[in-house]
Amino acid sequence: MLVALLLSLPIFTIASFLLHPSNEVWQHLRTTVLGEYLFNSAMLVLGVGVGTLIIGVGCAWLTSLCVFPGKKLFAWALLMPLAFPGYIIAYTYTGMFDFAGPVQTWIRELGGWGFHDYYFPEIRSLGGAITMFVLVLYPYVYLLARAAFLEQSVCVLEVSRTLGCSVWSSFYRVALPLARPAIVAGLSLALMETLADYGTVSFFGLGVFTTGIFRTWFGLGDAAAAAKLAAILLLFVFTLVVVERWSRKRAQYHHTSNRYSTLPQYQLRGYRAWLAFGACFLPLFLGFILPASQLAIWALQTWDSMVDASFIVLTRNSILLAASTATLAVALALFLGYGKRLFNDRVVSTSIRVVSTGYAIPGTVVAVGVIIPLAWFDNQLDAYLFEHFDVSSGLLLSGSLFALMFAYIVRFLAISVQSVESGLGKIRQSMDDAARSLSYTPAQILLRVHLPLMRATVLTAFLIVFVDVMKELPATLILRPFNFNTLAVRAFELAGDERLADSSTAALMIVAVGLVPVLLLSRSIATSRAGS
Amino acid sequence: MTSQLDVENLDAGYDDLQVLNQVSFGLQPGEIGCMLGPSGCGKSTVLRCIAGFEPAWGGRILIDNVEVSTRGFNLPPEQRNIGMVFQDFALFPHLRVEDNVRFGLRRLPRREQQARVQEMLAIVGMLAYAQAYPHQLSGGQQQRVALARALAPRPAILLLDEPFSSLDVDLREQLAREVRNILKQEDSTAVLVTHDQNEAFAMADQICVINEGSILQQGSGYDLYHRPANRFVADFIGQGVIIPATVEGPTVVKTELGLISGENHIDAPPGTIVDVLIRPDDVVHDDDSKESAIVVEKAFRGADFLYFLRMDSGVEVMCLAPSHHNHRINERIGIRLNLDHLVTFSRTQGD
Repeated sequence: MLVALLLSLPIFTIASFLLHPSNEVWQHLRTTVLGEYLFNSAMLVLGVGVGTLIIGVGCAWLTSLCVFPGKKLFAWALLMPLAFPGYIIAYTYTGMFDFAGPVQTWIRELGGWGFHDYYFPEIRSLGGAITMFVLVLYPYVYLLARAAFLEQSVCVLEVSRTLGCSVWSSFYRVALPLARPAIVAGLSLALMETLADYGTVSFFGLGVFTTGIFRTWFGLGDAAAAAKLAAILLLFVFTLVVVERWSRKRAQYHHTSNRYSTLPQYQLRGYRAWLAFGACFLPLFLGFILPASQLAIWALQTWDSMVDASFIVLTRNSILLAASTATLAVALALFLGYGKRLFNDRVVSTSIRVVSTGYAIPGTVVAVGVIIPLAWFDNQLDAYLFEHFDVSSGLLLSGSLFALMFAYIVRFLAISVQSVESGLGKIRQSMDDAARSLSYTPAQILLRVHLPLMRATVLTAFLIVFVDVMKELPATLILRPFNFNTLAVRAFELAGDERLADSSTAALMIVAVGLVPVLLLSRSIATSRAGS
Repeated sequence: MTSQLDVENLDAGYDDLQVLNQVSFGLQPGEIGCMLGPSGCGKSTVLRCIAGFEPAWGGRILIDNVEVSTRGFNLPPEQRNIGMVFQDFALFPHLRVEDNVRFGLRRLPRREQQARVQEMLAIVGMLAYAQAYPHQLSGGQQQRVALARALAPRPAILLLDEPFSSLDVDLREQLAREVRNILKQEDSTAVLVTHDQNEAFAMADQICVINEGSILQQGSGYDLYHRPANRFVADFIGQGVIIPATVEGPTVVKTELGLISGENHIDAPPGTIVDVLIRPDDVVHDDDSKESAIVVEKAFRGADFLYFLRMDSGVEVMCLAPSHHNHRINERIGIRLNLDHLVTFSRTQGD
């Protein structure tokens, strides 16, 4: 309960700013940039929504119900773009496609053209940002849509055939509606990530809420107005959370039967097979192979100058931070999950629910929400100590690693809680009862029965939190102690200074680490289908 | 007292809902008891109270003459020396069969553990599967392992919660008899919970029929079938119909099918209308009989036919006839009453 209260503090802090009276800076923001923020955010959400939907559902259907060359490989490889944080793919593409990049240079040489002689789409634009997001976020939709297609009972599809639907119309009229809740859930995840992103939009110079929060905070120096922006962003995000929850709830009713024989597989031949191949290859190529190769090339050119003592410190910082946060997150999740199982009361489960909303909240919002109460605490403590003992404690918490880890926990605890809960949920209550009737105490049961059964789940939870912390950018940027850097911050800073090639080593590192949970996920997706 | 288990005036429930109401029964060492009742009647709650998973609101429970549950006191399950077999068997999926059986024996020296595991696996006929994992076993095999695991620490009481309900119907009665033999061999005291009367008949020495949280009748299967104490038990155990009759004397009633005399005294003056329980096996098909009825419906059951008959007054009875007596619907057939146990219910009484 205490844990939950503490962890929901940032959310409530931000939410309270919705009701705050507006000040001058806020008035200024409202008349100048708020409209732009709203428009850009809306366009981003719309574009990313449509794009991820088409690619995600299309690929999911192809890889789950059709047979074509490379299908098995694509089934898991299509997840790989998830390993790319948006900001890394954004500056990789910028490096390749902007005016001085190799592609445009090559075109100019080919045509003998100069500046302005030809048309080339501007990467650093709204459209470019949408493309970047679609390329790295479509796997969310793909993942959930594919799982939904695979879970569908073969019976309903066969019934629809006997009722006179063709292959295509039974997809359209039966499979797609059945998978809709899962697709909506995946879509809202992708959109949450879009809204939470700071790195990409700031690199592209787009005015949206997250960049606005930064500008207001660091540029105008107004925390209250920044918090108010954060509160509005929070409203958007909660809408998505509600949509996602609602669609997941509906998904439960869609388990149609337990007969999971092999799904019908449509053999694609000739040009159709190659079309399917192309449709799956393109997102994989653009979302992973191309940018990863570019990063690798840059890294090869620059690594001897970049990998030095400071790089090792960076890596060590990142890994230590990520590992300790992940350990803490898993321990807390076990504590909460086990508490819920033992006592099963309303207080514990409500706490868990509150804590689980953290993942949806953008890092910038969390950071602002963490620093306001902590700074208040620091100032109070400092004033108190100064008054009574004539010593100054300075900023004890707000500029420390504690603040940073606290923010990470607020944001990522949900992941570990979810894993641990689902792991515990798979262990039936009768297991506990059986062990207790064989004279084991609850603590011994956790050790002897639950942990061995949940080893994989706990490990997965640890890994995912670890990787998410490695990739995390906005909260780290705001909250990191002075002179404390991580790989993600370094990569972003170098890229911001137009030293794209120099940043590639750090970026490649992050992507490589990010691949680990993706591969884990893809392994579980490959073995997820019961009865085959 | 030498009893192994005593449940005295037990009240219990969940949250605000009282489920058990003044439940009392006891078992002698080596006796197998059964809680029999429809789903939701509270029979599993009795078991969970004995195990210590649910606290007693009132009354008390003694295991081996030691008080384990009473209002405000609940000895934790792990300290009660009980064994339990669950509906889903609850074998630990990460442990081999022999390690599952060994799980409750950790306080014994290593060698004794091994000996007991071997002994238990031999008793349930699973020695060959000692190295297997639970998911490699069939339902019946998992059932045996679960039984061996529960019995291995020699519990004071073995509790079985619907242990056969997840098995194939064909397997249930056979396994019930096998389990009974194993329990008798181990001289275990056990409580079985089931909704299936055939399982109860096959396993138990003492059966408690329970409904809406109260024990309605306790006795052997024979008693419950032939001497039901009230309408619910009469209806729940076996088949039968209740037809009106007039009291003729202290032990005699008159029905449409003739006079019936019983052993028990009827608490009603002559001339009173009472209800009489007629089982299908009390009505015999006899072509020479004066009484007759029309076949309304029939069910072929292999060895016999169950006929639903309507008599001239409109009252319906059931009749069990050997299967070579194949009659058509709407045919009139002769019947005769052959009733050993007269069961009457007064009409005013609510039960």
